[in-house]
Amino acid sequence: MQTTWLQAANMALREEMARDESVFVMGEDVEAALFGLSAGLVTEFGQERVRNTPIAEETIVGAGVGAAMCGLRPFVDLNIATFAYTAFDQIVNQVAKNRFLFGGQTKLPMVIFLNEFHRSYTAAQHTDRPHGLFMAMPGLKVVAPGTPADAKGLIKSAVRSDDPVMVFSDMTSWNRKGEVPEDPEFLVPIGPARVAVEGDAVTIVSIVALQTCMLAAKKLADGHGIRAEVLDMRTLAPLDEQAIIDSVAKTGRLVVVDTAHHTAGAAAEVAAIAAEYCFDDLKAPVLRVATPDIHIPFSPTLERKMFPTPDDVVQAVLKTAQPAARSRD
Amino acid sequence: MDQQAMKELGVDGLLEMYRRMVAIRAFDSTVEGLIDRGELVGSIHTSIGQEGTCAGAGMAVAADDYMTGSHRSHGHPIGKGAELAKLMAELFGKSTGVCEGNGGSMHLADFSIGSLGETAIVASSLPIAVGAALASKLKGDGKVTLAFFGDGASNAGAFHESLNMAAIWKLPVIFMCENNQFAVSTRHETVCSVERISERGAAYRMRAETVDGQDALTVWSAVRHAAEIARSGGGPSLIEALTYRYGDHSYLMNRLKYRTDDEVDVWRRNDPIENLGRQLVDDQLVTPDQLAAVRQSVDDEIERSLEFARGSADPTLDSLWPHMYTDPSGFAARRHNQAWFAKLEPAR
Repeated sequence: MQTTWLQAANMALREEMARDESVFVMGEDVEAALFGLSAGLVTEFGQERVRNTPIAEETIVGAGVGAAMCGLRPFVDLNIATFAYTAFDQIVNQVAKNRFLFGGQTKLPMVIFLNEFHRSYTAAQHTDRPHGLFMAMPGLKVVAPGTPADAKGLIKSAVRSDDPVMVFSDMTSWNRKGEVPEDPEFLVPIGPARVAVEGDAVTIVSIVALQTCMLAAKKLADGHGIRAEVLDMRTLAPLDEQAIIDSVAKTGRLVVVDTAHHTAGAAAEVAAIAAEYCFDDLKAPVLRVATPDIHIPFSPTLERKMFPTPDDVVQAVLKTAQPAARSRD
Repeated sequence: MDQQAMKELGVDGLLEMYRRMVAIRAFDSTVEGLIDRGELVGSIHTSIGQEGTCAGAGMAVAADDYMTGSHRSHGHPIGKGAELAKLMAELFGKSTGVCEGNGGSMHLADFSIGSLGETAIVASSLPIAVGAALASKLKGDGKVTLAFFGDGASNAGAFHESLNMAAIWKLPVIFMCENNQFAVSTRHETVCSVERISERGAAYRMRAETVDGQDALTVWSAVRHAAEIARSGGGPSLIEALTYRYGDHSYLMNRLKYRTDDEVDVWRRNDPIENLGRQLVDDQLVTPDQLAAVRQSVDDEIERSLEFARGSADPTLDSLWPHMYTDPSGFAARRHNQAWFAKLEPAR
């Protein structure tokens, strides 16, 4: 069936709550479903399992840790990704480390759901894209589904995972429609990347930037006759290194697109993989298309300029296709 | 109150309470000696002086009730009935330790006795205790969660968030504050807006009281009562036990000047182990010989735990991935991780 990204996410959560009584949702305004993720769930499953919390992110996440260690499967909705910062200690010191610290005596089957706001005119405190930050912390699994089908399949896998999973939702994909299997056992495994578009001329790796990359691939095909391969890193941790290596082996060129800041992010990790393992295959320098190391301004005019556009990606690809790209500029 | 507690505990229960307190002190004294001799390393926070709160509270809940704690972590599991050998082995960083050598002194966890782990970030265990109690409420398993923390933690945001959340949801959790007067070197009353931490219960409409932490029976009674209320759906309690650590914040690591020897001596003369022993003998419930036999049995267990720890194998690299994730395959497959393991264990 055709659904939006948010509807697919909602479907995943509803199905998993119906399937497993130990799954419950908690967070701020989950009853009313602030953005629609938990829409209708309180009617179906009641307030015990769809639990409005006070504004207390540190304790919301910590309560998730305790509940997960005691046999439940909490789905913690933090609403906006930057709210994770007030819960940072719980996420990096408890969620990520408890199983390890306690010698495997416990598992932490919990999901932390975060919406990445951008192009939303909400200014810097609401507009970070911190997926790379958490990807850099061992102990967490990090997924970022870009299509409605992946939203359903990956969220369901996250709920069923016995390891903690952070699910990043790109708000610009919420209303995008796509075909979603109705099968309640439809799962997308955590780990493998997806070849969204096959090609052989250049690899475009998407990090929470799928729509931008897809449009760029279309422009490249239509306008330049360049068959770009789009590789969707729908799981960021663990990162599907082999998929990157395989694609670059085929294309010899790599452009990495990330909505996050340029420095020390997921795109840097992908570029480093190519540098370490694809050196002999590369015909041109690896290029990153990301956001400059500047906070996101409120000004709608300025905000629009901050994030990678399809044209930015096209330009980067054309650069890797030119001999000139081999010299530094 | 103590008379009632003694009656309910019975001679066996009282001797067990005494045994646990003696075990905490013996364990921590032994550990100090091991550090002195260089056999143990790391940051060690002893509970010597606080045994009444650890064992009094630990005895007042059931073996399978949940417990969380702090960096001062040895006394809590022992107070709840953990065997010493695996705790000792953990301090030695051995594969047979409760955390298989990953946690060490500040992170003792013994899930077999309901211990969900001690955490070394002050106040961070309180939200986790709330979650454990939430799980009990949702599952209807009848368990309570005993959440140990110190006076320092009561000034942290997580404490206030946790009390509020436990109160609004009427969760079966006991917030057990061991007020040992100091956050490292900072005296409680100089950084706290209230004289008694129990006063803070009022802000959350939570029943709260302050008890004498050097009287294990009083602690036991307060926690027992709170556990009964929690189990019957009456919600959380806040208990502040006034106590004192005789040693520094962290053994040999913080030789700071912030209190006088006289002050320490005053507290030492109100020793929780001596208080309980004397009371039991004075009331003719046990003989001094029985107490001596308990102390001897603890010494024997300490010896056995040392033998166990020293004789145990170090953990091996192959234990690490399964501790990181239940399914580490995607991470273990990364080439740099494989190369690192191959470098260290080429034959494997």
